[in-house]
Amino acid sequence: MSELRLSITALSAISLRDGNRPILRRVSLMVDVGEVHGIVGESGAGKSTIAKAVLGIVPTQVRLTGGRIDFEGRNLLALSANDLRALLGRDIALVPQDPATALNPSRRIDAQMTDGLRLKRGLSARQARLRARALLEEVQIRDPDRVLASYPHQLSGGMRQRVLIASAFGLEPKLVIADEPTTALDVTVQKQILRLIRSLQERHGTSVLFVSHDLGVVAKICDRLTVMYMGKVMEQGGTAKVLSSPQHAYTRALLAANPRYDRPDTGLEPTPPEVLTALRAEIAAFDRGAREAEHG
Amino acid sequence: MNYEPPLSTADAVLRPPAVAGRLARDPKVVVAGGFILLLIIVAVAAPLIAPHDPLAQNLLTATAPPAGFADAEPGFWLGTDGLGRDVLSRIIFGARVSLTVAFVAAGFACLIGSLLGLMAGYLGSIAEAVISRLVDIWMAFPPVLLSILLVAVLGTGLHSVIAAIVVIDWTRFCRVVRTETMAQAQMDYVVAARAIGFTRAAILFREILPNVVPVLIALLTLEMGIAVVVEAILSFVGLSVSSDTPTWGGMIAEGRQIVHEAWWVLAAPLAALFAAVVAFNQLGDGLARSLDPVLRR
Repeated sequence: MSELRLSITALSAISLRDGNRPILRRVSLMVDVGEVHGIVGESGAGKSTIAKAVLGIVPTQVRLTGGRIDFEGRNLLALSANDLRALLGRDIALVPQDPATALNPSRRIDAQMTDGLRLKRGLSARQARLRARALLEEVQIRDPDRVLASYPHQLSGGMRQRVLIASAFGLEPKLVIADEPTTALDVTVQKQILRLIRSLQERHGTSVLFVSHDLGVVAKICDRLTVMYMGKVMEQGGTAKVLSSPQHAYTRALLAANPRYDRPDTGLEPTPPEVLTALRAEIAAFDRGAREAEHG
Repeated sequence: MNYEPPLSTADAVLRPPAVAGRLARDPKVVVAGGFILLLIIVAVAAPLIAPHDPLAQNLLTATAPPAGFADAEPGFWLGTDGLGRDVLSRIIFGARVSLTVAFVAAGFACLIGSLLGLMAGYLGSIAEAVISRLVDIWMAFPPVLLSILLVAVLGTGLHSVIAAIVVIDWTRFCRVVRTETMAQAQMDYVVAARAIGFTRAAILFREILPNVVPVLIALLTLEMGIAVVVEAILSFVGLSVSSDTPTWGGMIAEGRQIVHEAWWVLAAPLAALFAAVVAFNQLGDGLARSLDPVLRR
């Protein structure tokens, strides 16, 4: 238990906008120290909601209805806004999805990177600037001074994502939430970014909760993974095991939908109708069970 | 598939934009800003520049036309008014009042309006409701009447004119800044800032404010133009500074009465007013374009 960094237990959420439709159905998962844990699923599976719940930035139309999120033994959902704020940026950091919009367009990289270091790590302006420079070098940016002096729109997408990764890991958090960090990037850059996250994570012993819709990406970087469908966990386990001998029909369907370079004639298969029917039945049965449990 | 581009900054456009350089290349900013700078210099150095004492009367040379017309008095470039005072000198001294009001009144209106607007736009719920209703109620009053009423209550004088403009026009800033703040608050970079646990104040002033500033500057310069006009209106109806201080509005009021004998007494301050307002508007326009990092691309 002491080894556990993040433990999510029976987390449930509903969408207030959409007739209280459940979007998380008693999701449980655990992230160990130094582990990269992937959450995969198609859009609407609730992956991002989990990431946002950990960071306390769940959108207003979503309400968490149950469960707990324990970070090193403290339930984040029970913390006061101030206590959570103190924890965020120091122990937990975010690598956002879209590097094009996650940086402030009006401020130089310099100012944006040093803010976190000064406010969250208590560095002086000079120390923060030196640290930011070193961090950019660590993410293999060759000309850190020029990047620091730039505005976000002057950098390419891959560069911006490097800056965001450097910012997140630079705070030396114990847990990094990576919410589809490679989705907005093209494939060659994706590879570099994944390698970068993995090497930083290994070097700093950081735990990473890695959200993605792309099994190929998750397979490259994650130690363990959780497969989700419509807010429900379908399958969980070590990456190699889940990918080589998937237990759930949905995981098999996801794997079949993934294109493979070694077998160009396979892949891109849509989820078979009988699997979809079975999935819907499974979800419906779960909701029935939840209702019965609720009403007694 | 093994091709990987070298990890350099070559794919980035790398010259940090010199804001000053960009501003210097915008003709609107250069021309309008240059004109306003000139006005400021003229207003500050009025006693040194003005060819005559703006209050010195000489009934023998009253209503002399501007230079170049028949019967023009040498040395009175824009002619003289009904009391023989030099129109050019009065315009120059009048710029002092106009510019003081423009900068001080617009500045305070901007400060108060944008602080309330930032609060309404980001804190939401109660602050938003209270401030927005206040703005709605405020804007229901006809502005010119309200300003005349205010000056009548506060008494005439420069301070009252400034107070009247601030009290009325903070709502312009408040509304625009509130809307802009609400839009910015939805942006990913604000969510990212929340995710690293910045306080609301830090997010508001470090993240959101810099993105509101371009709009704010445009609005501020527009407001300066409006303030110049409002001051002229109040001077025109005799509610601004005392009548022994030359103002453009006061000159327009005097010129109106003798427009058939001496049109220049009316035309000169009107032209000055017009030029100042156009310059402020154009400068605001140009600044908004040059300062916005997204439009700047």
